[in-house]
Amino acid sequence: MKFAFKLVAVSAALLCATSAMAQKGETVKMLRIDALSGLLGPVGVNQQKTYQYLAEKFSGDSNPAGVKFEVSFIDNKLSPTESLNALKTAIDQGVRYIVQGNGSSVALALSDAISKHNERNPGKEVIYINDSAVDPDLTNSKCSYWHFRFDADTSMKMEAMSSFMEAQKDIKKVYLLGQNYSHGVQVAKYAKETLARRRPDIEIVGQDLHPLAQVRDFAPYIAKIKASGADSVITGNWGSDLSLFVKAANEGGYNGKIFTYYTAAAGTPTALGTGGAGRVYQVGVGTYNMGGQMEKWMKEFNAKTGGDLTSVQFAHIFSVLGNAMAKAKSTDPVKVAAAMEGLKVKSFNGEIEMRKTDHQLQQPLYMAVWQKTDAKNAYSAEKTGMTLATVKEYPNYVSSTPTSCQMKRP
Amino acid sequence: MEFFIISMLNGLSYGLLLFMLSSGLTLIFSMMGVLNFAHASFYMLGAYVGYSVSTVLGYWPALILAPLVVGAMGAAFERMCLRKVHKFGHVAELLITFGLSYVVLELVQLIWGRLALEFKPPSVLEGPAFTLIHHSVDGLRVMWGAAPAELCSAADAALRVVCSPFPATRAFMMLIALVMLFSVWVLLTHTRIGLVIQSALTHPDAVEALGHNVPRIFMLVFGAGAGLAGLAGVIGGSTFLTEPAMAATVGSVIFVVVVVGGMGSLSGAFLASILIGVIQTFAVAFDYSVATLAQQLGLQLSEAASNNSFVKLTLSQVAPILPYLFLVLVLIFRPRGLLGTREG
Repeated sequence: MKFAFKLVAVSAALLCATSAMAQKGETVKMLRIDALSGLLGPVGVNQQKTYQYLAEKFSGDSNPAGVKFEVSFIDNKLSPTESLNALKTAIDQGVRYIVQGNGSSVALALSDAISKHNERNPGKEVIYINDSAVDPDLTNSKCSYWHFRFDADTSMKMEAMSSFMEAQKDIKKVYLLGQNYSHGVQVAKYAKETLARRRPDIEIVGQDLHPLAQVRDFAPYIAKIKASGADSVITGNWGSDLSLFVKAANEGGYNGKIFTYYTAAAGTPTALGTGGAGRVYQVGVGTYNMGGQMEKWMKEFNAKTGGDLTSVQFAHIFSVLGNAMAKAKSTDPVKVAAAMEGLKVKSFNGEIEMRKTDHQLQQPLYMAVWQKTDAKNAYSAEKTGMTLATVKEYPNYVSSTPTSCQMKRP
Repeated sequence: MEFFIISMLNGLSYGLLLFMLSSGLTLIFSMMGVLNFAHASFYMLGAYVGYSVSTVLGYWPALILAPLVVGAMGAAFERMCLRKVHKFGHVAELLITFGLSYVVLELVQLIWGRLALEFKPPSVLEGPAFTLIHHSVDGLRVMWGAAPAELCSAADAALRVVCSPFPATRAFMMLIALVMLFSVWVLLTHTRIGLVIQSALTHPDAVEALGHNVPRIFMLVFGAGAGLAGLAGVIGGSTFLTEPAMAATVGSVIFVVVVVGGMGSLSGAFLASILIGVIQTFAVAFDYSVATLAQQLGLQLSEAASNNSFVKLTLSQVAPILPYLFLVLVLIFRPRGLLGTREG
């Protein structure tokens, strides 16, 4: 009797286990629609390698769901129109997980198109994983149930940046420089708002929006910034728009501080060189020197590809997806989307949470400064001998910002 | 004041780069009547060939070899393609250069890839050519090379010292353009071959009757024009960026230069290049908009009007479209261009 009971218990447990792992061994096809060519191409290509590397690391037994991640790529040339065509191709190919990040202009178009597609094609739903587009509108006025953001949005980053600047009493005059599209406009708006709240004595001495990925020569802007007498520049620029800007700043002898979002993105460390030591800051979801698992990955990635693994939030994506698929016991986007809401996961830098109200990942933020490598910060960025050293860390509860999202749930 | 000087130099150096490009274009146009759509493609080829040569032989050989290679390519294109379609008239010639620009773009992407290359100037040209030091008491002075750090920082907090270095690459760009302008001018006006070219411009039949090989002169002029673009490419590519979109970005601007300056006029091209370079650079610096203009005129704008996005547009925001606006205005009010001689 006792033996029979045990047998039943064991077989029941086994049955549970097998039914719990219905998704085990399945392949999750993801497709990233992003720029792989043009002036902003190097950033996309670096991130493509990051995805390929991390998908391999997280596949199989390395994620609780036991699924295999497979990421493919389409070049959208940073154009919303091309992205929508790519989305159609992807859906036709049976891809249910769409990934995109560079360019909030593209993100807004994709989020809208995917919501409409899901409404009209029940049973063929698609999840939109936003890995880097940081326009706050995406999780506020234009939030969508199918959109999940894994980077920290501009409201969070600017909150952290301004609280750091609050303590820097030598900052008196600030210049805002941005790319002329939703992202650049939002950075300027939130910079003004948060600085007015925290440091009303800071004067905004100028503001410029230049065309996205068009400017080859930033020398006129540097001359203008110098003439304005600004001791600090805040910029959300990325890719060539940041590399060429810091190159022109070095050449033009600008020696104020530069507060950025994307100093670590491919190409910029090389352009900076030793020029911006102690003056260039970055706010972001990671740095080069995170310790633990991430540091091992960075080293291995660098040895393998020669590039830097700087989009560390991509690791969060695979952590959250793996856990959500285990929780949903399925890879079906409808179930996974529901499972991701409010999901708390232990990732490489502590617990992260996909907030239910607006699908904005809650994660720690880091304020870091550009400096020479030392014992504590040993990772050499693009082999320049320079690195980003964390000067302040903002845990989840500090970096979090409120949302006005009124999500329509299916 | 140092802002004005540095901006002026930035504008002049950009204008001179434009001139290096447009001089070849206008030379070809005045000579053969061909509006060469592929001219900017030769500029891009110059940068890419220069990059490849510089990785093997260094920058200085690249500066000489790349223009020669590109010039030879231009001459070969004229000899093998353009001359064949010459008898079908100007439209066919225009279309074939148009097609060439696409072929070159795709070839460049196939050979060198779609991403920007790191084409570095030699170490001599890294760093500033001179530095302007503006001291609030001692005034403005110029110093060759980089200024030492202690000169650029004031010991006394009441004093204000601003150092504005001017990059050596830009100074070099200006120097090359001026040397080029001078030698082209000497070649055209003071040498035998220049005389033949000038006469072939207006009276090809008479020149041919005197025993000169006019088709060969055409080929040489086309090759020389392409070579000048190639030279500009090596300098532009190493100063700014070497990437596949570099042809498209200057392509449209040099047409503006040629039209504004007057079709086929070398001095017109020079004037227009400088004008456009300086205007574009200075436009970035001014935050004037329709709203500030109205304010200064004492007009009171309504709430809605002053929040209108068109009224709020500043000059620095519209800087990139100014050359095209200029083009339209010139075509309306002075169709032959600033220094052009022929109508329309």
